[in-house]
Amino acid sequence: MISDRNETWRAALRSALPAKARVAIARVKMPEVEPATRAASQRVEVNKGLTPGMARQEASRCLDCVLPTCMDGCPVGVDIPGFVKEIERGEFSRAAVVLRRASALPAVCGRVCPQEKQCEARCFHAEKLKREPVAIGYLERFAADNEPSDGVPAERAPSNGIKVAVIGSGPSGLSCAGDLLKAGYEVTVFEALHEIGGVLKYGIPEFRLPNRVVDAEIESLKRLGARFVTNYIVGMTGTLEALRAEGYRCFYISSGAGLPRFMNIPGENYNGVLSSNEYLTRVNLMGAWDERSDTPVYHGQNVVVVGGGNTAMDSARTARRLGARRVMIVYRRGEEEMPARVEEVKHAREEGCEFITLANPVAYIADEKQRVKQVVVQRMMQGEPDESGRRSPVPVEGSEYAIDADLVIVAVGVSPNPIIPRSVAGLEVSRYGSIVVDPETMQTNIPDIYAGGDIVRGGATVILAMGDGRRAAGHIASRLSGTR
Amino acid sequence: MNRILSKSYFSERVVKIEVDAPLIARARRPGNFVIVRVGERGERVPLTITGADARRGTIALVVQEVGASTRKLCALEVGDHVTDLVGPLGKPTRVERVGTVLACGGGVGIAPLLPIAEAFKAAGNRVVSVIAGRGRAFVILEEEIRACSDEVIIMTDDGSLGQQGLITDGMAAAIARERVDLAVTIGPAVMMKFASALTRRHDIPTIASLNALMVDGTGMCGACRVTVGGKTRFTCVDGPEFNAHEVDFDELIARLGGLRDEEIKKL
Repeated sequence: MISDRNETWRAALRSALPAKARVAIARVKMPEVEPATRAASQRVEVNKGLTPGMARQEASRCLDCVLPTCMDGCPVGVDIPGFVKEIERGEFSRAAVVLRRASALPAVCGRVCPQEKQCEARCFHAEKLKREPVAIGYLERFAADNEPSDGVPAERAPSNGIKVAVIGSGPSGLSCAGDLLKAGYEVTVFEALHEIGGVLKYGIPEFRLPNRVVDAEIESLKRLGARFVTNYIVGMTGTLEALRAEGYRCFYISSGAGLPRFMNIPGENYNGVLSSNEYLTRVNLMGAWDERSDTPVYHGQNVVVVGGGNTAMDSARTARRLGARRVMIVYRRGEEEMPARVEEVKHAREEGCEFITLANPVAYIADEKQRVKQVVVQRMMQGEPDESGRRSPVPVEGSEYAIDADLVIVAVGVSPNPIIPRSVAGLEVSRYGSIVVDPETMQTNIPDIYAGGDIVRGGATVILAMGDGRRAAGHIASRLSGTR
Repeated sequence: MNRILSKSYFSERVVKIEVDAPLIARARRPGNFVIVRVGERGERVPLTITGADARRGTIALVVQEVGASTRKLCALEVGDHVTDLVGPLGKPTRVERVGTVLACGGGVGIAPLLPIAEAFKAAGNRVVSVIAGRGRAFVILEEEIRACSDEVIIMTDDGSLGQQGLITDGMAAAIARERVDLAVTIGPAVMMKFASALTRRHDIPTIASLNALMVDGTGMCGACRVTVGGKTRFTCVDGPEFNAHEVDFDELIARLGGLRDEEIKKL
């Protein structure tokens, strides 16, 4: 649902400032907590958010294009000019209403989406003028953060009494649940862990996405009528069959990519070598950053993080905050090829993390107590472009050298969690263990089961997972509509 | 849910609790485990299920107080709630009729052994159980083990109960006397290492239920990885039971101690 750009107020707003003047305004700078202060706390959010004045000025840079290409860059189809213009005219809670039509988690997306590869890459300023795009991500965050705390009255269809089960409470599941609730369905979200939120809680650290932001989004889903069941592993605690018998008419599996990948190199099982999932779960979900938590975590003086994605940046910056003297990010390609958000790389560097690019671990060396003490890395060079379009790294023979490290965090990706695929008889699964779906509808080979997010994609982004959830919700609703 | 319905002591530091958990009670199979968490700052701790009563909707857990988290759990009284309880987790034991099963449990390892021994007995096997501990107080569930075993051998380090000696002495005696088709070993990693070495010499297929460190218990963290047959496996989703003869017990022992220094800071 796209707002009408020819509404009187909006047409007037457009003509109030000529395009030339809009283009002349410089892109806003996100106020940040300075590196030395923030690197001392796991919980201080780095980005402080825009002030109302900054937000309105930034919103006025948007030309309210006839064909808003920015929207083509958004996996969930947020009405970008619609909410941006509400900000420009100062109607902040209206902006949140517009956002919520497409996104169940705007305060999350505003913080963690790779905007520079999505909406902002397709902004008129960037595409046509080759200038800095409108800071759509910052504005999204602003609108979501300025939503009244008791919530914008939700736009919701009357309840139709039809039960749908969402399996996994990460971004994909929450997004699917949000859309189904708005369409009038009765939604129960089953979560294996003791906390709601999935990767938003166990994975992304508080300095990037505070838990209170996630909790506020969950609360707004609860106000829409969502029911959450924690400590329930579908396929183990109860079967999908049993849920069918309880009257659930459709299922959306968004159980995530809960199986960390390792590199299968010598010494990888030494103590002090762990997955980013383990490290971040101990710190974020279990609160091990706080010494009062019962959960221990490895502390390192010299920390090597393997990988170049957001999870690698999160791990490296967490290690800094837990007191590491030296943190090195080892990545097998060049820095330009890093999949992490540009902002995360910038923040990591500001916080003193070192980047060792074109290098790849080949072995670990341990002390007499089986604790890792060195990482043997091999130099790489840029080869021919691979199927991802990035130059593929080629090992340089004889270039191995050792780096001292007493903690190694492996952040080289995840595989789909096997529990659900294993427990649902007849469900079609790829040879990598991901659930096979029709990409249009997200329907699996079993008609009442849909799936999306990392259990299908095998490790992607929050926003792609949310897009899957939305698409599935739409198709679940059309499948069930007319049925009682 | 999660309310403690009864509590009994095997010894000062080993407690059996019965918890109200109807879904788990119905779904669990021998070999499964659960994850418990006590208090809002609590750690997630894996515990094997000793028994369950599906009709009453309860499961029984045996807990040995070894650190901060197990101390909190052992301190709970009847009527208290376990903050979080999730399961059943792991792959259940593959129970078949094989002939004679040597069921070997050391210390609190006897607790998870019990439902497995019961299942093998119910499947029509002859069950010879060897249960062992440092002394009398550490050999638990003797009556229950007797009830599902054709024969029971008890070994204690100090001879205060049964015969004096190690669990492997009791196993060797049984193996010398009769044909054993399958051995099951559960207990401290060191014990399983030696029990497994013994059965390997006699070519007896053996399963070991591993007690690796875990956080989530659902495959997410990889803290529980163990080398089996030269490959890295996750105890939580690939196990907890593996072919004992393929398990790298030295690595398991080292990994179990990995966070000890960090844990000591919390005591």
